Amino acid sequence: MSPPDTAASGVGASLPRLDAREKVTGRAQYIADMVRPNMLHAAIHASPAAHALITGYDTAEASAVPGVACVLTGDDFPDGRMGAFIKDEPAIAKGKVRYPGEPVAVVAAEDEETARRAAALIRVDYEDLPVAATPDDAMAPDAPVIHEDLPDYFKVFPAICGGNVASETELSEGDVDAAWAECDVIVEGEFETPAQAHLSIEPVGALAEVDADGRVTLWSANQSVFRVQANVCEALQLPMSKLRCLTPKVGAGFGNKMEPHVQPLVVQLALKTGRPVRLILNRTEDFETVRARHPFKIRCKTGAKRDGTLVARELSAILDCGAYGDDSPGVLGYSLLMSRGPYRIPHCRTSGKLVYTNRMRFGAFRGFGNPQVTFATESQIDEIAGRLGMDPLDLRVKNMMRPGDRWFGGGEVASNGLAECIEKASAASGWRQGRARAAPSGKRRALGVAACAHISGLLATGAIVRLLEDGSVVLNTGAVDIGQGSDTVLTQMCASALRVPADRVAIASPDTDGSPYNWGTTASRVTYTTGRSVVAAAGHVAEEIKRHAAEIFECAVGDLELRDGGRVGIKGVPDKELSYFEVSARAHWAAGGPIVGADTWVYNQPSVDPKRAIARGLPFPQIGVYSFGCMIAAVEIDETTGKADAVEVWSAMDVGRAINPGSVEGQIEGGFVQGMGFALTEEMVFDGPRLVNPSMMDYKAPTSLDAPFDIHSIIVEAAEPDGPFGAKGIGEIGLVPAPAAIGNAVAAATGARLRRLPLTPERVLNGLLESDSED
Amino acid sequence: MTGASITLKVNGADRPVAAVAPWTTLLTVLRDELGLTGAKRGCNQGVCGACTVTIDGEPVRSCLSLALNCTDCEIATVEGLAPAGSLAPVQQALAEGNALQCGFCTPGILIAAHALLRRNEPLSVDEVRAGLSGNLCRCSGYKKIVEAVVRASEARP
Repeated sequence: MSPPDTAASGVGASLPRLDAREKVTGRAQYIADMVRPNMLHAAIHASPAAHALITGYDTAEASAVPGVACVLTGDDFPDGRMGAFIKDEPAIAKGKVRYPGEPVAVVAAEDEETARRAAALIRVDYEDLPVAATPDDAMAPDAPVIHEDLPDYFKVFPAICGGNVASETELSEGDVDAAWAECDVIVEGEFETPAQAHLSIEPVGALAEVDADGRVTLWSANQSVFRVQANVCEALQLPMSKLRCLTPKVGAGFGNKMEPHVQPLVVQLALKTGRPVRLILNRTEDFETVRARHPFKIRCKTGAKRDGTLVARELSAILDCGAYGDDSPGVLGYSLLMSRGPYRIPHCRTSGKLVYTNRMRFGAFRGFGNPQVTFATESQIDEIAGRLGMDPLDLRVKNMMRPGDRWFGGGEVASNGLAECIEKASAASGWRQGRARAAPSGKRRALGVAACAHISGLLATGAIVRLLEDGSVVLNTGAVDIGQGSDTVLTQMCASALRVPADRVAIASPDTDGSPYNWGTTASRVTYTTGRSVVAAAGHVAEEIKRHAAEIFECAVGDLELRDGGRVGIKGVPDKELSYFEVSARAHWAAGGPIVGADTWVYNQPSVDPKRAIARGLPFPQIGVYSFGCMIAAVEIDETTGKADAVEVWSAMDVGRAINPGSVEGQIEGGFVQGMGFALTEEMVFDGPRLVNPSMMDYKAPTSLDAPFDIHSIIVEAAEPDGPFGAKGIGEIGLVPAPAAIGNAVAAATGARLRRLPLTPERVLNGLLESDSED
Repeated sequence: MTGASITLKVNGADRPVAAVAPWTTLLTVLRDELGLTGAKRGCNQGVCGACTVTIDGEPVRSCLSLALNCTDCEIATVEGLAPAGSLAPVQQALAEGNALQCGFCTPGILIAAHALLRRNEPLSVDEVRAGLSGNLCRCSGYKKIVEAVVRASEARP
């Protein structure tokens, strides 16, 4: 029998998802598909008030409904507080409510219908407080204070906060004030981006079960079993050893499921009732009570010399935090770090404020603040090109960061594929030849370009690779595959590192009892950070395999090599080899003990060099490695209605190394369409503090007819020296430039520079009419 | 609360269900009573398409279909697309074409695509885009799904 072909399934192969069969047969189990014996169903009672003191509860009527097992209010929860950066959030509203939709009470009953009926019967007395619906309201001198205890909350970073400002951050390099005098052209403007809903097709949910000793097992829709464990234990004041977190299949996340949703509620219900409890939010609740992308207001000013050399930038951002801190301080800090863009701009000053309001909490969403600032900064690059009469692409090439250049703040950049991204997107799109390609009658057509960068990295991760008795492998990382395909990619890396086919590697499902720590599936980090641990842990296994073989063959370890198909042999002597089965059987039964390789690490390269930059209130001092990208979008605009359609896009992204090219394309395509929605149609509309379109009917995400079929994914591979097989992340960057590229195309087609997303037909048409009347 | 006892014909088998209330949807019966959890509840208001099944061959939103109205119909779900252990061509095409990510919309997409493929002729990209426009996918950007369904239509005899 010839050894199985390792290369066909290893690094570089477009291996189908490991769970593809499970998913196409409908057998994959998500949280709402899970049932435990004797399970109760829960429902929340949400606050109708935006900001109010809770003065009393009446749960008698709800408790009397036949089939109701338990009704809990804030009085039945411990005083713990959770939060990724600022510990400001209770498991359930206690004492006061801070946004409409905040859970105030929760019911467990024999079936969901009964639980929902009973939840509606709960009476809560409120004493209304003044409402701060927007950051402007919340920063007014007489604004109501949303978190009276903000100064006393525990914070994981040196937060600059006060009043309703949860966090303030500044980052600057050079001498901006002096630099404006060197500029021949300066553009300045205010940009605004709306709240965007993640809209995973799977709403959030959780299921908790308690054992006879009071230890809880918790399954939930999540992006990190370890963050679930930390949040629940902080909020409920439980020792982490008393809570085991597991994951079913996750119906996508995009950041929405990174931090807590209903997990603390079901755990408390399970502890109180002693029975398994499941709670699945309906779509309206999921819209209103989970989290969304931060609305940004950005003031941006950029200056250049007559020859196009960029000189200075100043950017300030106001972020609506919503009612709780969540991941928001990180989003603010990261958005500032990205606000110079991938360019040489010697003088750059950025600042931002994160402001509590009485709206739903805002949090992490694919791009983490970068799409918002990139919309502003890349719009201004085009504005400068227009003022100077330069081609927007030439202006970018003239100023782009070159290999060896440092990032804003002084962090080192080890790999930079930007030039290749720009070149390839330009060539494929025919930018230099085809810009004037005719539009259909009644339409205008133009290309728009945007360049961008993003990171992959952050925090701690690990991997354990274990050789089974027969020489096959189990990989255990604790990283949750939220649908983006990390289980497949990590398995391919492990398989290639050990030179076995991918089907000889099983991947363990994340389990806080059994998996090594993994901060989470976020920040485009799993391929890069967890991949590094997988390669290192597999390397330890390889060393052990060779050590056994060296003892058997009585040779030096250095004379041995791993061979395809899972064999170890003496270099240059083809027939001197052993199978992993022979090695592992010896390890299990005769000598040395079973072979296990483990690795953990934490990302610790500083993002800011204090000799080059001044930073205050930066939540993440160590961010990650940089990826680059360039997107060109062709947009057609209906001259009668103003409707803009992205009809074709070329997205060139530097991924270091494509571990699974098919999967990389999937991220580029899906990222573009989500970014296109952000650019053109998606907006969570608020009436004061209240979300008025919490339904898929009224919130317009792209369908298969809205998304262009012609999305050209161009994979650029500028290998990251310390990346696994050279790889960097690709989860987010494909979304980042989309609003800017589309906005620049709209401006090129209409002459109107629109600075507020989404670019609705009304706004585009008004822009078109105004700019035509100026001509 | 009482309801009617009915028998539904699902994936070719008669499935008795007790105490079905007038407002109980087909989706609820499939998922909670019959253990057929392939059809997903994404929005429960007929927009996302994750609950799509066929009734007498036509794709419908099972979250908007009352179970009591489905007694004299042939209902098919993703679990019935192919015999256990095998895949229908459209399932194979999506799996091999990297056309699914989180998989939550996949059962509804497969049912909608399967209904399109009954025409037994090669489908154009735009025909597939139109045919799947009632099924939201938030991960893929649709391109690989459309490609896979077009490929499945071309492979048919």
